[in-house]
Amino acid sequence: MQYLGIQPKRPKIAVFDFTGCEGCELQLANKEETLVDFLAAVEVVAFREVMTDAGDDYEIALIEGAISRADEEALLRQIRDRAGVVVALGTCACYGGVNRLKNTFDLGEANREVYGDKPKETSEVRAVGDVVEVDLAIPGCPVNKAEVERIVQHVVLDVAFSFPAYPVCVECKQRFNICLVDRGQLCLGPIVQAGCDAPCPTGGRGCWGCRGPARDANVPEYLSALKEKGFGEDEVRERLGFFGAFEGAVG
Amino acid sequence: MLFKTVSKDEFEKLVGIMLESNEVVAPTRVESDVHGDPIHEYLPVESFDEIDLNYETTAHSAKTYFLPYRENLSTYTFEAGDWGQEIGYRAMPRILLGLHACDINGLLKLDKVLARDVFPSPYYVSRRQNTFVVGIDHEPCDGGFCHAVGADTVTHGFDLFLTDLGETYLVEIKSSRGYSMLGQVKTQDVSDADTQAFKAVRHRITEQFTTDLDIQDLPNLLDMEFESEVWTKWGEKCLSCGSCAMSCPTCYCYGVEERASMDWKTGSKSKRLYACTIVDFAEVSGGRNFRPDRKTRLKYRFYHQHRGFVESYDEPKCVGCNRCGRACLVGIHPAEVIGDLQREERL
Repeated sequence: MQYLGIQPKRPKIAVFDFTGCEGCELQLANKEETLVDFLAAVEVVAFREVMTDAGDDYEIALIEGAISRADEEALLRQIRDRAGVVVALGTCACYGGVNRLKNTFDLGEANREVYGDKPKETSEVRAVGDVVEVDLAIPGCPVNKAEVERIVQHVVLDVAFSFPAYPVCVECKQRFNICLVDRGQLCLGPIVQAGCDAPCPTGGRGCWGCRGPARDANVPEYLSALKEKGFGEDEVRERLGFFGAFEGAVG
Repeated sequence: MLFKTVSKDEFEKLVGIMLESNEVVAPTRVESDVHGDPIHEYLPVESFDEIDLNYETTAHSAKTYFLPYRENLSTYTFEAGDWGQEIGYRAMPRILLGLHACDINGLLKLDKVLARDVFPSPYYVSRRQNTFVVGIDHEPCDGGFCHAVGADTVTHGFDLFLTDLGETYLVEIKSSRGYSMLGQVKTQDVSDADTQAFKAVRHRITEQFTTDLDIQDLPNLLDMEFESEVWTKWGEKCLSCGSCAMSCPTCYCYGVEERASMDWKTGSKSKRLYACTIVDFAEVSGGRNFRPDRKTRLKYRFYHQHRGFVESYDEPKCVGCNRCGRACLVGIHPAEVIGDLQREERL
């Protein structure tokens, strides 16, 4: 199938899961109305969640999940050596995600809490980019399939794509939502990168920041505004730390 | 110009008639804010009871019914080496009921840019012509400064305009379709007593404006204060979140994007309203950004509202509704920013 007379590339891709819930992988298999075309645009050589075959000849590696064990780190390095393009898929891969909360505890204590007297080998949770070089990071908990499709189109046919520079507020306002902060709810919308189409605020739940800071996010100013509005420091810190996406963005 | 009075019962009947054959969009109470005060929006309604004409303001303006946040401009199909294009700007008739004078003035400003300038937008014109506008007088809203920018009264741009006289509405009829519409219910000629009551209402409304703002000579002042520290003070607060432009009744800046379908068989060109305070608003190919910092972007927002637009159209773009000030989570209120600039000049 050609587009504007040009034959799209059909790159070989492989999907790998590390520490995460596999929800982002599931997103890849969602959106049934375009799933067949999506899968036709690429050649999937490895994708444990949806197929049994597994090849190791791939150009693009999609990495889901954070890195939390030595063997994961070794496997990730191997993938990096093989793949031309490494993509961090989802918030865990991009930032460490919810898993990163573990880093605030003593590792041994965390291990005992979860595994009791059968401890497992574990290490600090890191984002994929903290371990190997990442060519493209697609944030989201989970990723937005429509956005992933557009990124794939960009890869196979150079269809223009860029992540929104604006924060969630733009998409939220465009969905005609009433501002949740005006209703007394904590929301990170003004400082979080859009592209999700604001599903959480639309559903009545403030933004938790899974997509990480927006470009040029004015974090200090928003935090002082939240304080002025009476939101507690602990509540705000917990919210910012939830996905590990604001480490370094908060002074 | 033609005036009639209509009883509130008859008016309710008229709304019933409107609802029978049109989509009716009207102020509706949707939420309460953190202080328990009502929040309204212009939303499609199905009965008169859903409408609250006694509303103060709405969170979003009615702009979206003329200039949607997202709009498909054209669709392409590719087949057998050939291609086709489909452009549609047919708009369904709609009645917009209960617009305040500032918002109708906002439409008149959009008309100047999108309907009467060098390149009229058929998409806008189609929606504008197919929308029947009913305005209504109201008490000044908190923080609004429509009177300062000359937008507290409106002389055209609507079909009917209501003034609440207690038991009745005084109705200003501005179009033949307005006349036909109103003709479907019982009306009375305006009596001397009605005229007196109307004047009293207008006087009461005018008396209640409290925002102290004078925009006379503001375009020149803005020129002189281009390097003012006032822009740093307010600009550094700005979240660059675009909420001001999204809630503004007259902001019309947009971006255009082309997309392809996943099966490569169709493509589309769509338009999306954008905001001048967003970091990449003035970014061009190669990554060069003409307005990389917040204070410059915020400044240019004010320059378009109160200087650039005045040069092009002899009036400010701002209608003083203060929706941007209400929407701003860090408290950037236009009247305060302008007031700061004026004080700066006096020093």
